[in-house]
Amino acid sequence: MTTMVEHIACTFCGCVCDDIVVEVEGSRIAGVRGACVVGRGVLDEYDPEVRRPVVAGREVDWEQAVGAAAAILNEADSPLIYGLSSTAIEAQRKAVKLADRLGAIIDTTSSVCHGPTGLAMQAVGEATCTLGEVRDRADLIVFWGCNPAASHPRHFGRFSLTPAGALTPNGRADRTVVVVDVRPTGSSKQADHFLQVNAGADFEVLTALRYLARGEDVEAAAIGGIPVSQLRDLVRTMKACRYGVVFMGMGLTMSRGRHLNVGELFSLVAELNTYTRFSVIPMRGHGNVAGADQVLTWSSGYPFAVSFARGYPQFGPGEFSAVDVLARGEADAALIVASDPVAHLPRAAAEHLEHIPTILLDPTPSLTASIAQVVFPTASYGLDAAGTAYRMDNVPIPLHRLFASGRPTDEEILDRIIEAVT
Amino acid sequence: MGGRLTLITGRTREQAIGMHKGKASKEYRCATELVEMNPDDMTRLRIQDGGLVRLHTVAGEVELIAKAGSLPPGLVFVPMGASANMLVEAETHGTGMPSFKGSEVTVEPA
Repeated sequence: MTTMVEHIACTFCGCVCDDIVVEVEGSRIAGVRGACVVGRGVLDEYDPEVRRPVVAGREVDWEQAVGAAAAILNEADSPLIYGLSSTAIEAQRKAVKLADRLGAIIDTTSSVCHGPTGLAMQAVGEATCTLGEVRDRADLIVFWGCNPAASHPRHFGRFSLTPAGALTPNGRADRTVVVVDVRPTGSSKQADHFLQVNAGADFEVLTALRYLARGEDVEAAAIGGIPVSQLRDLVRTMKACRYGVVFMGMGLTMSRGRHLNVGELFSLVAELNTYTRFSVIPMRGHGNVAGADQVLTWSSGYPFAVSFARGYPQFGPGEFSAVDVLARGEADAALIVASDPVAHLPRAAAEHLEHIPTILLDPTPSLTASIAQVVFPTASYGLDAAGTAYRMDNVPIPLHRLFASGRPTDEEILDRIIEAVT
Repeated sequence: MGGRLTLITGRTREQAIGMHKGKASKEYRCATELVEMNPDDMTRLRIQDGGLVRLHTVAGEVELIAKAGSLPPGLVFVPMGASANMLVEAETHGTGMPSFKGSEVTVEPA
């Protein structure tokens, strides 16, 4: 017997689209409607078969695996807890509690996506809004250093380009769309204006825009590869719009300048509020990476790269961030939750995980699972577990349980590890 | 001696689709074991579309399939994943963020 379930959330990217229709047949998904090409695999490739945990390559029962994980963490002087962006906030809270209990370092995949955005937010603040406001009000959309056509395919249709909103009843016709990037992309093809910036030159372009916005002159003919005439036109468009929104991505956070690039953009957006309404929203990658920032911040005061080694939280990007801690060989054990650092961190950092005892909680197989000492094949939030994820605009979205698989959740396993460590 | 270029890495649709099928899958490997280049750079460096090339940075070396793409001269793109991360240095300059975009890379036919 099949059941159609509506309003299901996809947890792949920061859009957390919660209008998916799923056809459930027992404990498997028989059909998916409404999901995008990059997200639907979360739903229709998921294998809910209950698998036993693994310790040192051998299948064991759950209690033995919890005991093995606790023994590793008790033995460690400087354990690292990392990942967390693809699990629910309920599990993220437990991970912080475990870090506090152990005196561990805790970091999330934020440090390798929008960590620099967090630093910019601390430095200059962030004028922001929700995606609902974007849909209903924004008549100027700027995408800077991001390519939603590849990374957030439904962003255009649900929020930023085509939907009819309260003050944008004609959808795309009511919006001007600008893309700033180092190369033409699927997103730049959708834009009214494409400004191609030289790689690593975002900061000077943003500085020039701030100058032009306050009426100063810029003598150069081009800045960062963009003719100044185009920058003047962009500033005119920005000042003349009714409600402008910038979506920014890894083109700013991963390039030379990092948080300084983002800080310059955030300053520009704040200054544009002298003339009109303007907001910025970071394009968050993983489904609940925004939740990881929220949980870390409300429980420790800091969004990522937090050490509890001294008995109180200390913030240290570059010191307590996962890439640095691993590449310097400082962590002597690791607990990874819902992430695959072996695939996604620079090799010098990833390979350290092969030399220390690594514990993994993850519903799906991964390269990290292949090197981990202890693997817990847990349930997947939004499929066989219920929880909460924060969308890229920090709106919490409920994740429903579609079927019971018998797999424990990340939250339950972390709770049992917390009870087992000394 | 190959050409000195600038490396950027990032998400592609194919990389995401392949990831759901598993990182050992053919789809994932095809999606991540490639480098997109400017066609003029490829001609200058005698690199064939679909040919095997060796990329080298201070972090490491990897061999990938070259593919002509819509990139400006001097820029190459490798989809995020374990292959790209062979080339990314772990230095974060005190931010926690490595240079996933902007490393100097040499590219030559393998």
